[in-house]
Amino acid sequence: MLSAKALRAWTWAHKWSSLVSTVFMLVLCITGLPLIFHHEIGAWLGTEVVAPALPSDARRVSLDEVMKVAKTRFPTKGGMFVSQEPDDDKIWYVTMSDTPTSESDFKQVAVDARTGAPLAEPVVDGGVIGFIHTLHVEMFAGLAGKLFLGFMAVLMLIAIVSGVVLYAPFMRKLRFGEVRRERSTRVKWLDLHNLLGIATLTWAFVVGATGVINTWADLVVQYWRNDQVAAMVAPYKGLPPLKELGSLEKAVAAARALEPGMRIGFIAFPGTVFSSEHHYGVFFRGDQPLTARLFKPVLVDAMTGEVTASRTVPWYLSALLLSQPLHFGDYAGSPMQWLWAVLDVITIIVLGSGLYLWLGKRKAR
Amino acid sequence: MKETPPTSFATLWGWPIVLGVLSAIGLFCGLWGDGWWDWAGWIGLGVPTVAAVWFGWRGRGGD
Repeated sequence: MLSAKALRAWTWAHKWSSLVSTVFMLVLCITGLPLIFHHEIGAWLGTEVVAPALPSDARRVSLDEVMKVAKTRFPTKGGMFVSQEPDDDKIWYVTMSDTPTSESDFKQVAVDARTGAPLAEPVVDGGVIGFIHTLHVEMFAGLAGKLFLGFMAVLMLIAIVSGVVLYAPFMRKLRFGEVRRERSTRVKWLDLHNLLGIATLTWAFVVGATGVINTWADLVVQYWRNDQVAAMVAPYKGLPPLKELGSLEKAVAAARALEPGMRIGFIAFPGTVFSSEHHYGVFFRGDQPLTARLFKPVLVDAMTGEVTASRTVPWYLSALLLSQPLHFGDYAGSPMQWLWAVLDVITIIVLGSGLYLWLGKRKAR
Repeated sequence: MKETPPTSFATLWGWPIVLGVLSAIGLFCGLWGDGWWDWAGWIGLGVPTVAAVWFGWRGRGGD
């Protein structure tokens, strides 16, 4: 049983953590809804790149050829990343920029992995989905926006915990699931707020907490680079930057020989946060749902094409990588997406009813 | 204030705990494997979702 004093303190915590974060959480829930279905929406809008059907044993062009094709499209830009979707190895997505650490003016070329034909030039964070994505992740305010939203999500987590504590005194005379519809609108919405909140508690907490972790992604990757990549490439310290890069195909083949049976997630060019000044970073995925999320990095000398080092990712990077599916709901197929959507809408109702209850209380005073 | 008999812990927290644990199992199983693991994921997360929609929409029937 809560003492009167403790009850007041928890009520205060619930009220203020919710009030401050609700508007932002509403924006996140509303923008998050279409993002659950971004692939489907992309296919519907015709912005999703599709590779033509070819026999599955069709030969593949070399990655040097892929880069040459991309370079022809954007001669002034250099390679930054080459990546593949987890479920489609028929397309290479080449991301290009002015410098390896650029944060804007990206260009992307989708190249057919079998024929080397340029398939499309997807606009990075472009279109309606790109706009919604940027709004959701950082509200067009860069790292500061991300960290701010992360802080708002921490407040929401406090609201969830305090909400659970307050569930007991409110539900003392009710059975689980009981909604007093015959009473005032306010009582009905209070019961609904309690019911929907407690039933979706675990999901909301997990999505909130993993969302917070995701806002730290840039910082975590930077830390990993200082912590581990620096040690892996220590012998290269002080060497002059590369003027020209060696064969990408040769480098990736060497990395593949080290990790047979794994698929390529992405390749980072020298100078990006996922590599060193002198290395290609080749990031492999496993073929199980869990291992597909945990990348295995291999650093390859960008000049000679020989493997320099490979280490499994440390716990904090694993935590970041695993917090992605748990936030996005992009695993276990489309039923999971739909559950995510319904739970998102329920969360909107919990937020909205909470706001309504607070407004009603103010008016009553 | 009128005295009301205290609600037992099980009455108050039984269903919330069951639904919370089911959600956690569902979130985890879907990530762990394919096939049956996916089913475990859908059911684990699906039961709390259906419970929320059902009781939210209909309330408790029969009383």
